[in-house]
Amino acid sequence: MSLQAVFRATPHEARSFTVQQLVRLLFLAMTLLLLLPVLGILAVLVVEGAPGLSLDFFLTKPRDNGAAGGIATALVGTIWLTAGALLLALPLGVAAAIYLSEYARDNWLTRTINIAIVNLAGVPSIVHALFGVGAFVHFMGFGKSILAASCTLAVMTLPVMIVATRESLQAVPKAFREACWNMGATRWQTIWRIVLPNSGGGILTGLILVVCRAVGETAPIMFTGAVFLREPFPNDVFDKAMALSFHLYTVSTQVTDVPAHVPFAVALTLILVVLAMNALAIYVRMHLRGRKKW
Amino acid sequence: MVTSTSVTQQPPLVSVRDLSISYGAKVALRGVELDVMSNEILGIIGPANAGKTSFLRALNRMDDFVPGMRVEGSVKFAGREVRDIRNHYALRRHIGVVFPLPVGLPLSIYDNVALAPRLAGRRKKSELDEVVERCLRRAALWDEVKDRLGSLGSLLSGGQQQRLTIARALSQDPELLLLDEFSIAVDPVTTMRIEEVLKGLRSELTIVLVTNLVQQARRLADRTAFFLGGQCVEIHKTEDMFAGGVKDPRTIDYLEGRFG
Repeated sequence: MSLQAVFRATPHEARSFTVQQLVRLLFLAMTLLLLLPVLGILAVLVVEGAPGLSLDFFLTKPRDNGAAGGIATALVGTIWLTAGALLLALPLGVAAAIYLSEYARDNWLTRTINIAIVNLAGVPSIVHALFGVGAFVHFMGFGKSILAASCTLAVMTLPVMIVATRESLQAVPKAFREACWNMGATRWQTIWRIVLPNSGGGILTGLILVVCRAVGETAPIMFTGAVFLREPFPNDVFDKAMALSFHLYTVSTQVTDVPAHVPFAVALTLILVVLAMNALAIYVRMHLRGRKKW
Repeated sequence: MVTSTSVTQQPPLVSVRDLSISYGAKVALRGVELDVMSNEILGIIGPANAGKTSFLRALNRMDDFVPGMRVEGSVKFAGREVRDIRNHYALRRHIGVVFPLPVGLPLSIYDNVALAPRLAGRRKKSELDEVVERCLRRAALWDEVKDRLGSLGSLLSGGQQQRLTIARALSQDPELLLLDEFSIAVDPVTTMRIEEVLKGLRSELTIVLVTNLVQQARRLADRTAFFLGGQCVEIHKTEDMFAGGVKDPRTIDYLEGRFG
Protein backbone atom coordinates (compact mmCIF):
# COMPACT_ATOMS: atom_id res chain seq x y z
CA MET A 1 0.00 0.00 0.00
CA SER A 2 1.41 3.37 -0.93
CA LEU A 3 1.61 6.02 1.74
CA GLN A 4 -1.14 8.15 0.08
CA ALA A 5 -3.56 5.25 0.07
CA VAL A 6 -3.64 5.35 3.86
CA PHE A 7 -5.84 8.44 3.70
CA ARG A 8 -8.24 7.15 1.07
CA ALA A 9 -11.62 6.39 2.64
CA THR A 10 -12.55 2.74 2.76
CA PRO A 11 -16.13 1.91 1.72
CA HIS A 12 -16.98 1.49 5.40
CA GLU A 13 -15.57 4.90 6.26
CA ALA A 14 -17.36 6.54 3.32
CA ARG A 15 -20.64 5.13 4.54
CA SER A 16 -20.13 6.39 8.08
CA PHE A 17 -19.26 9.85 6.76
CA THR A 18 -22.55 9.95 4.86
CA VAL A 19 -24.50 8.82 7.91
CA GLN A 20 -22.78 11.39 10.05
CA GLN A 21 -23.70 14.19 7.62
CA LEU A 22 -27.33 13.07 7.48
CA VAL A 23 -27.61 12.88 11.27
CA ARG A 24 -26.12 16.33 11.61
CA LEU A 25 -28.60 17.83 9.13
CA LEU A 26 -31.54 16.03 10.71
CA PHE A 27 -30.73 17.36 14.19
CA LEU A 28 -30.11 20.83 12.82
CA ALA A 29 -33.54 20.76 11.19
CA MET A 30 -35.18 19.70 14.45
CA THR A 31 -33.44 22.48 16.33
CA LEU A 32 -34.60 25.05 13.79
CA LEU A 33 -38.11 23.61 14.01
CA LEU A 34 -37.98 24.40 17.70
CA LEU A 35 -37.35 28.03 16.92
CA LEU A 36 -40.45 28.32 14.72
CA PRO A 37 -43.10 28.61 17.45
CA VAL A 38 -41.01 31.12 19.38
CA LEU A 39 -40.49 33.29 16.34
CA GLY A 40 -44.11 32.79 15.31
CA ILE A 41 -45.45 33.95 18.67
CA LEU A 42 -43.17 36.95 18.71
CA ALA A 43 -44.00 37.88 15.12
CA VAL A 44 -47.75 37.68 15.64
CA LEU A 45 -47.57 39.65 18.87
CA VAL A 46 -45.37 42.34 17.40
CA VAL A 47 -47.39 42.69 14.21
CA GLU A 48 -50.76 42.72 15.96
CA GLY A 49 -49.85 44.34 19.25
CA ALA A 50 -47.11 46.84 18.53
CA PRO A 51 -49.45 49.45 17.05
CA GLY A 52 -51.38 49.41 20.34
CA LEU A 53 -48.29 50.01 22.45
CA SER A 54 -47.60 53.56 23.50
CA LEU A 55 -46.56 55.40 26.59
CA ASP A 56 -50.20 56.33 27.00
CA PHE A 57 -51.21 52.66 26.96
CA PHE A 58 -48.90 52.00 29.92
CA LEU A 59 -49.84 55.13 31.84
CA THR A 60 -53.63 55.33 31.58
CA LYS A 61 -56.08 53.23 33.52
CA PRO A 62 -58.40 50.86 31.66
CA ARG A 63 -61.90 52.01 30.83
CA ASP A 64 -65.01 50.10 29.70
CA ASN A 65 -63.85 46.86 31.36
CA GLY A 66 -60.56 47.08 29.54
CA ALA A 67 -62.02 47.70 26.11
CA ALA A 68 -60.58 51.20 26.11
CA GLY A 69 -57.86 53.08 27.92
CA GLY A 70 -54.57 51.53 28.97
CA ILE A 71 -53.21 49.00 31.43
CA ALA A 72 -51.71 51.18 34.17
CA THR A 73 -53.55 49.51 37.07
CA ALA A 74 -52.72 46.03 35.78
CA LEU A 75 -49.07 46.94 35.38
CA VAL A 76 -48.86 48.38 38.87
CA GLY A 77 -50.74 45.39 40.29
CA THR A 78 -48.32 42.97 38.65
CA ILE A 79 -45.40 44.90 40.14
CA TRP A 80 -46.96 44.63 43.62
CA LEU A 81 -47.67 40.92 43.25
CA THR A 82 -44.24 40.13 41.86
CA ALA A 83 -42.40 42.20 44.43
CA GLY A 84 -44.38 40.51 47.19
CA ALA A 85 -43.64 37.04 45.84
CA LEU A 86 -39.97 37.93 45.56
CA LEU A 87 -39.70 39.34 49.07
CA LEU A 88 -41.12 36.09 50.43
CA ALA A 89 -39.46 33.57 48.13
CA LEU A 90 -35.96 35.08 48.23
CA PRO A 91 -35.15 34.83 51.94
CA LEU A 92 -37.06 31.56 52.39
CA GLY A 93 -35.51 29.98 49.32
CA VAL A 94 -31.97 31.08 50.10
CA ALA A 95 -32.28 29.96 53.72
CA ALA A 96 -33.61 26.56 52.71
CA ALA A 97 -30.93 26.17 50.04
CA ILE A 98 -28.18 27.07 52.52
CA TYR A 99 -29.53 24.55 54.99
CA LEU A 100 -29.80 21.79 52.39
CA SER A 101 -26.42 22.47 50.85
CA GLU A 102 -24.32 23.38 53.87
CA TYR A 103 -25.86 21.88 56.99
CA ALA A 104 -28.08 18.93 56.16
CA ARG A 105 -26.58 15.50 56.47
CA ASP A 106 -27.54 12.87 53.95
CA ASN A 107 -30.33 11.18 55.88
CA TRP A 108 -33.98 10.29 55.32
CA LEU A 109 -35.17 13.76 56.34
CA THR A 110 -32.97 15.50 53.79
CA ARG A 111 -33.96 13.04 51.10
CA THR A 112 -37.64 13.57 51.93
CA ILE A 113 -37.22 17.33 51.72
CA ASN A 114 -35.50 17.03 48.36
CA ILE A 115 -38.29 14.85 47.01
CA ALA A 116 -40.83 17.33 48.37
CA ILE A 117 -39.10 20.19 46.54
CA VAL A 118 -39.11 18.31 43.26
CA ASN A 119 -42.78 17.48 43.73
CA LEU A 120 -43.66 21.02 44.69
CA ALA A 121 -42.14 22.14 41.40
CA GLY A 122 -44.36 19.70 39.55
CA VAL A 123 -47.66 20.70 41.17
CA PRO A 124 -49.97 22.35 38.60
CA SER A 125 -50.49 26.04 39.22
CA ILE A 126 -54.26 25.67 39.60
CA VAL A 127 -53.64 23.36 42.54
CA HIS A 128 -51.40 26.01 44.05
CA ALA A 129 -54.25 28.43 43.53
CA LEU A 130 -56.66 26.27 45.50
CA PHE A 131 -54.05 25.75 48.20
CA GLY A 132 -53.61 29.52 48.35
CA VAL A 133 -57.35 30.05 48.78
CA GLY A 134 -57.47 27.57 51.62
CA ALA A 135 -54.24 28.51 53.36
CA PHE A 136 -53.84 32.23 52.88
CA VAL A 137 -57.25 33.67 51.99
CA HIS A 138 -59.23 31.70 54.57
CA PHE A 139 -57.01 30.03 57.15
CA MET A 140 -54.52 32.88 57.59
CA GLY A 141 -57.34 35.35 57.14
CA PHE A 142 -55.58 37.52 54.59
CA GLY A 143 -58.76 37.63 52.52
CA LYS A 144 -58.55 38.01 48.78
CA SER A 145 -55.57 40.34 48.69
CA ILE A 146 -52.16 41.09 47.25
CA LEU A 147 -50.65 39.44 50.32
CA ALA A 148 -52.52 36.16 49.79
CA ALA A 149 -51.69 36.15 46.08
CA SER A 150 -48.03 36.94 46.71
CA CYS A 151 -47.82 34.14 49.27
CA THR A 152 -49.34 31.74 46.77
CA LEU A 153 -46.90 32.82 44.07
CA ALA A 154 -44.03 32.52 46.55
CA VAL A 155 -44.96 28.96 47.47
CA MET A 156 -45.21 28.10 43.82
CA THR A 157 -41.83 29.59 42.92
CA LEU A 158 -39.91 28.44 46.02
CA PRO A 159 -38.65 25.22 44.43
CA VAL A 160 -37.07 27.20 41.59
CA MET A 161 -35.42 29.55 44.04
CA ILE A 162 -34.16 26.71 46.22
CA VAL A 163 -32.82 24.59 43.40
CA ALA A 164 -31.07 27.47 41.64
CA THR A 165 -29.47 28.66 44.87
CA ARG A 166 -28.47 25.18 45.98
CA GLU A 167 -26.78 24.51 42.64
CA SER A 168 -24.77 27.68 42.89
CA LEU A 169 -23.72 26.94 46.47
CA GLN A 170 -22.65 23.47 45.43
CA ALA A 171 -20.53 24.96 42.66
CA VAL A 172 -18.20 26.48 45.25
CA PRO A 173 -15.42 23.89 45.69
CA LYS A 174 -15.47 21.78 48.84
CA ALA A 175 -11.75 22.47 49.30
CA PHE A 176 -12.55 26.10 50.14
CA ARG A 177 -14.91 25.02 52.88
CA GLU A 178 -12.46 22.51 54.32
CA ALA A 179 -9.70 25.10 54.32
CA CYS A 180 -11.92 27.42 56.34
CA TRP A 181 -13.11 24.73 58.74
CA ASN A 182 -9.52 23.72 59.33
CA MET A 183 -8.81 27.25 60.48
CA GLY A 184 -11.46 26.90 63.14
CA ALA A 185 -14.17 28.74 61.23
CA THR A 186 -17.74 27.79 62.03
CA ARG A 187 -20.06 26.67 59.28
CA TRP A 188 -21.74 30.05 59.23
CA GLN A 189 -18.46 32.01 59.11
CA THR A 190 -17.48 29.86 56.13
CA ILE A 191 -20.81 30.40 54.41
CA TRP A 192 -20.79 34.13 55.05
CA ARG A 193 -17.21 34.84 54.04
CA ILE A 194 -16.53 32.31 51.29
CA VAL A 195 -19.57 30.46 49.99
CA LEU A 196 -22.24 33.14 49.65
CA PRO A 197 -20.04 35.82 48.05
CA ASN A 198 -19.19 33.31 45.34
CA SER A 199 -22.66 32.08 44.54
CA GLY A 200 -24.34 35.39 43.75
CA GLY A 201 -24.82 34.48 40.10
CA GLY A 202 -26.94 31.44 40.85
CA ILE A 203 -29.03 33.24 43.43
CA LEU A 204 -29.65 36.01 40.92
CA THR A 205 -30.68 33.48 38.28
CA GLY A 206 -33.16 31.97 40.71
CA LEU A 207 -34.48 35.38 41.55
CA ILE A 208 -35.11 36.26 37.92
CA LEU A 209 -36.78 32.92 37.25
CA VAL A 210 -39.08 33.68 40.17
CA VAL A 211 -39.90 37.07 38.70
CA CYS A 212 -40.63 35.60 35.28
CA ARG A 213 -43.02 33.01 36.68
CA ALA A 214 -44.68 35.43 39.08
CA VAL A 215 -45.29 37.89 36.27
CA GLY A 216 -46.76 35.30 33.95
CA GLU A 217 -48.93 33.09 36.17
CA THR A 218 -52.68 33.59 36.10
CA ALA A 219 -54.29 30.69 37.93
CA PRO A 220 -52.64 31.15 41.35
CA ILE A 221 -53.66 34.79 41.57
CA MET A 222 -57.14 34.80 40.14
CA PHE A 223 -58.68 33.20 43.24
CA THR A 224 -56.37 34.77 45.77
CA GLY A 225 -55.95 38.43 44.95
CA ALA A 226 -56.30 39.47 41.33
CA VAL A 227 -59.49 41.16 40.21
CA PHE A 228 -61.20 41.71 36.93
CA LEU A 229 -61.32 45.47 37.23
CA ARG A 230 -60.30 47.88 39.93
CA GLU A 231 -60.16 51.62 39.48
CA PRO A 232 -57.65 52.78 42.17
CA PHE A 233 -54.04 51.66 42.53
CA PRO A 234 -53.45 49.40 45.52
CA ASN A 235 -52.57 51.17 48.78
CA ASP A 236 -51.33 48.26 50.85
CA VAL A 237 -50.93 44.50 50.69
CA PHE A 238 -54.46 43.86 51.89
CA ASP A 239 -55.94 45.50 48.78
CA LYS A 240 -56.94 43.52 45.77
CA ALA A 241 -55.16 44.34 42.54
CA MET A 242 -55.40 43.93 38.81
CA ALA A 243 -52.63 41.95 37.12
CA LEU A 244 -51.34 41.84 33.57
CA SER A 245 -51.78 38.11 33.11
CA PHE A 246 -55.33 38.11 34.47
CA HIS A 247 -56.13 41.23 32.46
CA LEU A 248 -55.01 39.43 29.31
CA TYR A 249 -57.36 36.59 30.16
CA THR A 250 -60.33 38.93 30.71
CA VAL A 251 -59.83 41.13 27.68
CA SER A 252 -59.42 38.13 25.41
CA THR A 253 -62.33 36.03 26.68
CA GLN A 254 -64.60 37.83 29.10
CA VAL A 255 -65.23 41.28 27.66
CA THR A 256 -67.06 41.93 24.43
CA ASP A 257 -66.31 44.79 22.05
CA VAL A 258 -62.61 44.82 22.81
CA PRO A 259 -60.64 46.20 19.86
CA ALA A 260 -58.66 43.35 18.31
CA HIS A 261 -55.27 44.89 19.05
CA VAL A 262 -55.76 45.26 22.82
CA PRO A 263 -55.20 41.62 23.88
CA PHE A 264 -52.15 41.48 21.64
CA ALA A 265 -50.77 44.64 23.15
CA VAL A 266 -51.26 43.27 26.67
CA ALA A 267 -49.63 39.96 25.69
CA LEU A 268 -46.74 41.79 24.09
CA THR A 269 -46.23 43.79 27.26
CA LEU A 270 -46.13 40.57 29.28
CA ILE A 271 -43.63 38.99 26.92
CA LEU A 272 -41.48 42.10 26.90
CA VAL A 273 -41.31 42.14 30.70
CA VAL A 274 -40.26 38.49 30.78
CA LEU A 275 -37.77 38.88 27.93
CA ALA A 276 -36.28 41.93 29.58
CA MET A 277 -35.79 40.01 32.82
CA ASN A 278 -34.17 37.12 30.96
CA ALA A 279 -31.89 39.47 29.08
CA LEU A 280 -30.88 41.03 32.38
CA ALA A 281 -30.13 37.58 33.79
CA ILE A 282 -27.96 36.70 30.81
CA TYR A 283 -26.13 40.00 31.01
CA VAL A 284 -25.44 39.66 34.73
CA ARG A 285 -24.25 36.08 34.39
CA MET A 286 -21.88 37.06 31.57
CA HIS A 287 -20.61 39.89 33.72
CA LEU A 288 -20.04 37.57 36.69
CA ARG A 289 -18.31 34.99 34.55
CA GLY A 290 -16.03 37.74 33.25
CA ARG A 291 -14.39 38.06 36.64
CA LYS A 292 -13.76 34.44 37.40
CA LYS A 293 -12.27 33.92 40.80
CA TRP A 294 -10.64 30.52 40.54
CA MET B 1 17.67 19.95 67.32
CA VAL B 2 15.63 18.20 69.95
CA THR B 3 17.75 15.94 72.06
CA SER B 4 16.56 12.60 73.19
CA THR B 5 16.66 13.63 76.84
CA SER B 6 14.28 16.57 76.36
CA VAL B 7 12.00 14.26 74.41
CA THR B 8 11.66 11.91 77.31
CA GLN B 9 11.15 14.67 79.89
CA GLN B 10 8.25 16.52 78.27
CA PRO B 11 4.83 14.96 77.80
CA PRO B 12 4.12 14.49 74.10
CA LEU B 13 2.06 17.16 72.30
CA VAL B 14 0.15 14.51 70.42
CA SER B 15 -0.33 11.02 71.67
CA VAL B 16 -1.95 8.41 69.47
CA ARG B 17 -2.95 5.00 70.79
CA ASP B 18 -4.47 2.10 68.91
CA LEU B 19 -5.76 4.38 66.16
CA SER B 20 -7.83 2.71 63.44
CA ILE B 21 -9.53 4.49 60.60
CA SER B 22 -11.94 3.10 58.07
CA TYR B 23 -14.04 4.43 55.23
CA GLY B 24 -17.07 2.19 55.04
CA ALA B 25 -15.66 -1.30 54.57
CA LYS B 26 -12.21 -0.06 53.55
CA VAL B 27 -9.70 0.02 56.38
CA ALA B 28 -7.17 2.82 55.97
CA LEU B 29 -5.28 2.57 59.22
CA ARG B 30 -5.13 0.02 62.01
CA GLY B 31 -3.59 0.01 65.43
CA VAL B 32 -1.23 2.95 65.04
CA GLU B 33 0.63 4.06 68.17
CA LEU B 34 2.67 7.22 67.90
CA ASP B 35 3.77 10.21 69.96
CA VAL B 36 4.62 13.62 68.57
CA MET B 37 6.91 15.59 70.85
CA SER B 38 6.76 19.36 71.25
CA ASN B 39 9.03 21.27 68.88
CA GLU B 40 10.01 18.32 66.79
CA ILE B 41 9.51 17.67 63.11
CA LEU B 42 8.06 14.22 62.70
CA GLY B 43 8.38 12.88 59.19
CA ILE B 44 5.95 10.28 57.93
CA ILE B 45 7.01 8.42 54.81
CA GLY B 46 5.43 5.58 52.93
CA PRO B 47 3.88 4.73 49.58
CA ALA B 48 0.39 5.74 48.46
CA ASN B 49 -2.49 4.19 50.40
CA ALA B 50 -0.32 3.69 53.46
CA GLY B 51 -2.77 5.72 55.59
CA LYS B 52 -0.57 8.80 55.98
CA THR B 53 -3.25 11.33 55.06
CA SER B 54 -5.90 9.53 57.09
CA PHE B 55 -3.57 9.75 60.07
CA LEU B 56 -3.31 13.53 59.65
CA ARG B 57 -7.07 13.82 59.25
CA ALA B 58 -7.63 12.16 62.60
CA LEU B 59 -5.38 14.61 64.43
CA ASN B 60 -7.63 17.64 64.05
CA ARG B 61 -10.87 15.72 63.68
CA MET B 62 -11.24 16.32 59.98
CA ASP B 63 -13.28 13.11 59.98
CA ASP B 64 -16.18 15.35 61.02
CA PHE B 65 -16.27 16.65 57.42
CA VAL B 66 -15.79 13.33 55.66
CA PRO B 67 -18.98 11.29 55.47
CA GLY B 68 -18.30 7.63 56.14
CA MET B 69 -14.91 8.14 57.81
CA ARG B 70 -14.73 6.27 61.11
CA VAL B 71 -12.01 6.87 63.66
CA GLU B 72 -11.43 4.50 66.56
CA GLY B 73 -8.85 4.56 69.28
CA SER B 74 -7.35 7.46 71.13
CA VAL B 75 -5.87 10.72 69.85
CA LYS B 76 -4.74 13.13 72.53
CA PHE B 77 -3.71 16.69 71.76
CA ALA B 78 -2.02 18.55 74.64
CA GLY B 79 -3.31 15.85 76.95
CA ARG B 80 -6.95 16.12 75.87
CA GLU B 81 -8.81 13.44 73.98
CA VAL B 82 -9.71 15.23 70.72
CA ARG B 83 -12.91 13.26 70.31
CA ASP B 84 -14.22 14.75 73.57
CA ILE B 85 -13.22 18.35 72.94
CA ARG B 86 -16.46 20.26 72.61
CA ASN B 87 -14.85 23.42 71.26
CA HIS B 88 -13.45 21.73 68.18
CA TYR B 89 -13.10 25.17 66.56
CA ALA B 90 -10.35 25.97 69.08
CA LEU B 91 -8.74 22.59 68.42
CA ARG B 92 -8.58 23.35 64.70
CA ARG B 93 -7.27 26.86 65.35
CA HIS B 94 -4.36 25.30 67.22
CA ILE B 95 -3.59 22.97 64.33
CA GLY B 96 -2.60 24.35 60.94
CA VAL B 97 -3.10 22.14 57.91
CA VAL B 98 -1.53 22.25 54.45
CA PHE B 99 -2.72 19.84 51.81
CA PRO B 100 -0.96 18.59 48.66
CA LEU B 101 -3.08 20.76 46.38
CA PRO B 102 -2.88 24.44 47.24
CA VAL B 103 -6.09 26.16 48.24
CA GLY B 104 -6.05 29.86 47.51
CA LEU B 105 -9.36 31.11 48.79
CA PRO B 106 -11.20 33.44 46.38
CA LEU B 107 -10.20 36.45 48.45
CA SER B 108 -7.37 38.93 48.08
CA ILE B 109 -3.92 37.76 49.13
CA TYR B 110 -4.18 40.01 52.17
CA ASP B 111 -7.60 38.67 53.12
CA ASN B 112 -6.43 35.08 52.70
CA VAL B 113 -3.81 35.55 55.39
CA ALA B 114 -5.92 37.87 57.55
CA LEU B 115 -8.86 35.45 57.53
CA ALA B 116 -7.85 33.35 60.53
CA PRO B 117 -7.09 36.34 62.80
CA ARG B 118 -10.35 37.93 61.71
CA LEU B 119 -12.27 34.74 62.45
CA ALA B 120 -10.72 34.88 65.89
CA GLY B 121 -12.13 38.39 66.30
CA ARG B 122 -9.05 40.52 65.65
CA ARG B 123 -9.97 43.70 63.80
CA LYS B 124 -7.17 46.22 64.24
CA LYS B 125 -5.66 47.10 60.87
CA SER B 126 -2.13 47.56 62.23
CA GLU B 127 -2.29 44.19 63.96
CA LEU B 128 -3.58 42.44 60.84
CA ASP B 129 -0.97 44.16 58.67
CA GLU B 130 1.71 42.82 60.96
CA VAL B 131 0.34 39.25 60.86
CA VAL B 132 0.00 39.31 57.09
CA GLU B 133 3.54 40.52 56.51
CA ARG B 134 5.09 38.18 59.08
CA CYS B 135 3.29 35.10 57.75
CA LEU B 136 3.94 35.89 54.10
CA ARG B 137 7.62 36.46 54.87
CA ARG B 138 7.83 33.17 56.69
CA ALA B 139 6.21 31.36 53.82
CA ALA B 140 8.79 32.93 51.47
CA LEU B 141 6.09 34.71 49.48
CA TRP B 142 6.29 38.30 50.72
CA ASP B 143 8.78 39.62 48.16
CA GLU B 144 6.72 38.31 45.26
CA VAL B 145 3.36 39.67 46.34
CA LYS B 146 4.02 42.68 48.58
CA ASP B 147 3.05 45.08 45.78
CA ARG B 148 -0.22 43.35 44.95
CA LEU B 149 -1.72 42.22 48.21
CA GLY B 150 -5.13 43.21 46.86
CA SER B 151 -5.16 40.76 43.96
CA LEU B 152 -6.94 37.43 44.16
CA GLY B 153 -5.08 34.69 46.02
CA SER B 154 -6.85 31.99 44.03
CA LEU B 155 -5.31 33.25 40.79
CA LEU B 156 -1.68 32.95 41.88
CA SER B 157 0.47 30.23 40.33
CA GLY B 158 0.37 26.79 41.95
CA GLY B 159 3.63 27.21 43.85
CA GLN B 160 2.67 30.67 45.06
CA GLN B 161 -0.75 29.45 46.14
CA GLN B 162 0.88 26.70 48.16
CA ARG B 163 3.06 29.22 49.95
CA LEU B 164 -0.05 31.33 50.49
CA THR B 165 -1.70 28.26 52.01
CA ILE B 166 1.27 27.84 54.33
CA ALA B 167 1.15 31.53 55.25
CA ARG B 168 -2.53 31.13 56.04
CA ALA B 169 -1.87 28.10 58.21
CA LEU B 170 0.79 30.08 60.10
CA SER B 171 -1.57 33.02 60.59
CA GLN B 172 -3.58 30.85 62.99
CA ASP B 173 -0.56 30.79 65.33
CA PRO B 174 -0.80 27.02 65.50
CA GLU B 175 0.95 24.80 68.04
CA LEU B 176 1.02 22.03 65.50
CA LEU B 177 1.45 22.24 61.76
CA LEU B 178 0.34 19.33 59.59
CA LEU B 179 1.89 19.23 56.15
CA ASP B 180 0.62 16.69 53.67
CA GLU B 181 3.02 16.37 50.74
CA PHE B 182 3.19 20.13 50.51
CA SER B 183 5.82 20.16 47.78
CA ILE B 184 3.89 18.29 45.08
CA ALA B 185 2.77 21.51 43.36
CA VAL B 186 5.90 23.51 44.18
CA ASP B 187 9.09 23.83 42.16
CA PRO B 188 12.31 22.47 43.71
CA VAL B 189 13.86 25.87 44.43
CA THR B 190 10.80 27.07 46.30
CA THR B 191 10.58 23.71 48.06
CA MET B 192 14.06 24.25 49.42
CA ARG B 193 13.13 27.74 50.60
CA ILE B 194 10.04 26.42 52.38
CA GLU B 195 12.11 23.65 53.93
CA GLU B 196 14.47 26.29 55.36
CA VAL B 197 11.43 28.09 56.78
CA LEU B 198 10.18 24.88 58.37
CA LYS B 199 13.54 24.27 60.01
CA GLY B 200 13.35 27.77 61.45
CA LEU B 201 9.85 27.19 62.78
CA ARG B 202 10.89 24.22 64.85
CA SER B 203 11.76 26.48 67.76
CA GLU B 204 8.16 27.75 67.89
CA LEU B 205 5.95 24.90 66.87
CA THR B 206 5.65 21.23 66.16
CA ILE B 207 5.42 19.85 62.66
CA VAL B 208 4.11 16.59 61.29
CA LEU B 209 5.38 16.27 57.75
CA VAL B 210 3.85 13.64 55.50
CA THR B 211 5.97 13.23 52.42
CA ASN B 212 6.59 10.72 49.71
CA LEU B 213 10.05 12.14 49.18
CA VAL B 214 12.27 10.06 51.41
CA GLN B 215 15.05 12.63 51.10
CA GLN B 216 12.76 15.40 52.28
CA ALA B 217 12.12 13.52 55.50
CA ARG B 218 15.84 12.94 55.79
CA ARG B 219 16.58 16.65 55.39
CA LEU B 220 13.92 17.91 57.78
CA ALA B 221 12.66 15.37 60.25
CA ASP B 222 13.98 14.74 63.74
CA ARG B 223 12.24 11.41 63.78
CA THR B 224 10.79 9.51 60.86
CA ALA B 225 7.96 7.01 60.82
CA PHE B 226 7.41 4.55 58.00
CA PHE B 227 3.79 3.75 57.17
CA LEU B 228 2.78 0.82 55.00
CA GLY B 229 -0.59 -0.74 54.35
CA GLY B 230 -2.34 1.18 57.13
CA GLN B 231 0.27 0.40 59.77
CA CYS B 232 3.15 2.25 61.29
CA VAL B 233 5.91 -0.20 60.53
CA GLU B 234 8.58 1.56 62.55
CA ILE B 235 9.68 4.90 63.87
CA HIS B 236 13.23 6.03 64.61
CA LYS B 237 15.34 9.10 64.98
CA THR B 238 15.97 10.15 61.42
CA GLU B 239 19.73 9.79 61.56
CA ASP B 240 19.36 6.23 62.84
CA MET B 241 16.80 5.43 60.18
CA PHE B 242 19.20 6.42 57.42
CA ALA B 243 22.23 4.93 59.14
CA GLY B 244 20.99 1.38 58.99
CA GLY B 245 19.03 1.43 62.24
CA VAL B 246 15.89 -0.03 60.69
CA LYS B 247 14.78 -3.53 61.52
CA ASP B 248 12.01 -4.35 59.11
CA PRO B 249 13.06 -5.51 55.62
CA ARG B 250 10.10 -3.62 54.09
CA THR B 251 11.45 -0.34 55.45
CA ILE B 252 14.89 -1.08 54.05
CA ASP B 253 13.36 -1.86 50.66
CA TYR B 254 11.39 1.38 50.69
CA LEU B 255 14.32 3.52 51.80
CA GLU B 256 16.51 2.01 49.14
CA GLY B 257 13.88 2.66 46.49
CA ARG B 258 13.01 -0.92 45.71
CA PHE B 259 9.31 -0.01 45.79
CA GLY B 260 7.08 2.98 46.36
